[in-house]
Amino acid sequence: MWKRFRSNIGAMVGVVLLAAVILIAIFAPLIFANTPWQMVQRPFLAPFSMDSLPLGTDTLGRDVAAQLAYGARVSLLVGLVSTLVALLIGVPLGALAGFYGGYVDEGAMRFTEFFQTIPNFALAIVLVAIFEPTLASITLAIAIVSWPPVARLVRAEVMSVRKREFVDAATLAGLSKPRILVRQVLPNTVSPIIVMASLMVATAILLESSLSFLGLGDPNAMSWGYMIGAARTVIRSAWWLSFFPGIAIVITVLALNLIGEGLNDALNPHLSRKGKA
Amino acid sequence: MSTTLSIEHLTIGLPEGADRPYAVEDVSMAIEKGEILCVVGESGSGKSMTANALMGLLPPGVNVKAGRAVFEARDVIRLPEAEKQALRGASMAMIFQEPMTALNPLMRIGDQIVEVFAAHDRYTQSERREKALALIREVQLPDPEKIIRAYPFQLSGGQRQRAMIAMALALEPKLLIADEPTTALDVTTQAQILKLILDLREKRGMAVMFITHDFGVVAEIADQVIVMRMGKVVERGSAAEVLENPQHDYTKRLLEAIPTGRLPEARQLSETPALEIKGLRKVYRTGGGLFKPVREVRAVDDVSLTVARGEVLGLVGESGSGKSTLGRTAVRLVTPDGGQVMVGGTDLAALSDEELRKQRHKVQMVFQDPYASLNPRQRIMGAITDGPITRGIPRKEAEARARELLEIVGLGADAASRFPHEFSGGQRQRIGIARALAMDPELIIADEAVSALDVSIQAQVLDLLRELREKLELSILFITHDLRVAAQLCDRIAVMQKGKLVEIGTVHDIFLNPQQDYTRKLLAAVPGADWDQQGAA
Repeated sequence: MWKRFRSNIGAMVGVVLLAAVILIAIFAPLIFANTPWQMVQRPFLAPFSMDSLPLGTDTLGRDVAAQLAYGARVSLLVGLVSTLVALLIGVPLGALAGFYGGYVDEGAMRFTEFFQTIPNFALAIVLVAIFEPTLASITLAIAIVSWPPVARLVRAEVMSVRKREFVDAATLAGLSKPRILVRQVLPNTVSPIIVMASLMVATAILLESSLSFLGLGDPNAMSWGYMIGAARTVIRSAWWLSFFPGIAIVITVLALNLIGEGLNDALNPHLSRKGKA
Repeated sequence: MSTTLSIEHLTIGLPEGADRPYAVEDVSMAIEKGEILCVVGESGSGKSMTANALMGLLPPGVNVKAGRAVFEARDVIRLPEAEKQALRGASMAMIFQEPMTALNPLMRIGDQIVEVFAAHDRYTQSERREKALALIREVQLPDPEKIIRAYPFQLSGGQRQRAMIAMALALEPKLLIADEPTTALDVTTQAQILKLILDLREKRGMAVMFITHDFGVVAEIADQVIVMRMGKVVERGSAAEVLENPQHDYTKRLLEAIPTGRLPEARQLSETPALEIKGLRKVYRTGGGLFKPVREVRAVDDVSLTVARGEVLGLVGESGSGKSTLGRTAVRLVTPDGGQVMVGGTDLAALSDEELRKQRHKVQMVFQDPYASLNPRQRIMGAITDGPITRGIPRKEAEARARELLEIVGLGADAASRFPHEFSGGQRQRIGIARALAMDPELIIADEAVSALDVSIQAQVLDLLRELREKLELSILFITHDLRVAAQLCDRIAVMQKGKLVEIGTVHDIFLNPQQDYTRKLLAAVPGADWDQQGAA
């Protein structure tokens, strides 16, 4: 499987890009002497005009490059944690619904649909507005709006695996139902979940950026969305303030999507779009 | 006679990383007009690849490397795609193994036949419809006016295959390629389809290339036979020659592996029953709504039978006869609507879920599909020891027993640490048997346990079961659609039809002196029945 993944050029590009973003995020304090909030030069310094400030300064004279690096921390953290939380809600709910069927299924699916009827972004805004906008509440809000597709995917997978003969064999071996679900059925649903999770991280990063853009970000955390939001009034005079964070978002999301597709092709070779035997 | 198709030195390459460089290597064959050529081989022998190459249906990555196929004075393999397309259907047609997937589920049968004419731009709309109706009549589908408006799912398997044949015949092809067209069908239906193909050959004088793995079918219809193995032709000749006087070792082995009608010696059976089924009933209800009546299918209708300790009882029937439901009810994967399943003094049908879990080990099952019956993400050791460990046997002991059982079924103890995908179908079936044995069951239910295997592998697994029966005094309920297989292994045979038990008796009684019409019909439909008797005499 790893071999198939490695031979996929797009996926490897994704891995390299994502690794770069992660490294920058981790080593931000070492690379940049200043915190992203510190004023270091005159405002609106254009990029590439000073060696120590390669991407220029913003409306308050803060280092844009440092802001980008620290922003990567927020984006990645929110993306990763919110996806994990969404999986923690979605996987058990979907698995129970798919495995036990009947009333359990009805109940779980109606509950899921309840969340799906409200537009994602609107719900996220409402949730963040109700809680105070902190990193934790934003992460939770994103998780709450993004688990329903996970639940539906896991339910469908479990339903199809449940009908396979090895599940009958496990029943005959006298294993209890919960044990069959956890030991026999769930491991066989892992690959589509991994693929979906990698794409969900990308979506979560976009959601977080959108929230920060609207001013609903954590005021104590520098994030890409906040940078673009703050720069939108000066977009014609200082293009670089919104351009660089925009590029950062595009690269990160693109990397995650490439990895997701690479994983999909590697884990489900039969569905590979390349069509080569 | 003139040659319809001649294949010369055909070689088809497989993509890199396949188990061998060529799917088909230096294969030559010729089919005369009005002749039926059977291409016989086990799975992976390249027989289907040959047919697909002719039709231009090779999967991506698989290419013709050398050789040609001359049909109507042209090499069909190197024709440009447009000409190939004109040829397909018009003078060369193909029917497939699984008619349900080969037909478009959303189109009426009539429309699908009409589409063949439309694709080749023949006739006017009304003529097309008339022709379609005539074809449906020709393939002897009942009630043609109704069939023409039916969707594929409304037809039975045999009827769908007839519809496929009607489509294939639409433009009066000179060559019909049939790729295992009867493998998915019941014996009685298979016999009808074979007869239909013979009739049509007679009437239209077309050449037929018939791909099959079943020498019984070969005996029924073949004029010429080609035996393929690993992409090479190992034997060729007239049907009589090959069947009666095979030259190549492989052909001999294949012929020997065929379950023959030869009956085993009757054995003395013990008096104690391992399984007693009394008045078992299971009804499936489907549909039912405000405006629709509930549809009831009596899958098992008041069936009583016993399996004695150490006995192998064959349960034979066509698809839909309820034999699998009976088997699944006996292990209570399906809960019956009524009746008793007595195993070692306990009525499995009456236990609560929790009590049942403790009694599960008494009856074990070997499943049909060797690929679906093992968890792909679990090592063999886990698959075998899960049950015993749940029963409270210490892990060490269970693992030791599992290794021992793997030796017994002929795989070797080191198989335990491997994953299912490393094994072939026959080996997986052995693992399935070891898994069932690990529970020390009083009874094993084998549900079509050898149906998905090639004949030679089938023979090996049957040998294993026979050996285990002697060694361990196993009681087996052996469910199969194949009377020949049942005859090889079983002490007694029970025949089921439409949920009811039709007849039960010793193998000798059933084969030599059947009491019921239905049993006689089943016996007559076994392909190659006459040839078997000649062989036995």
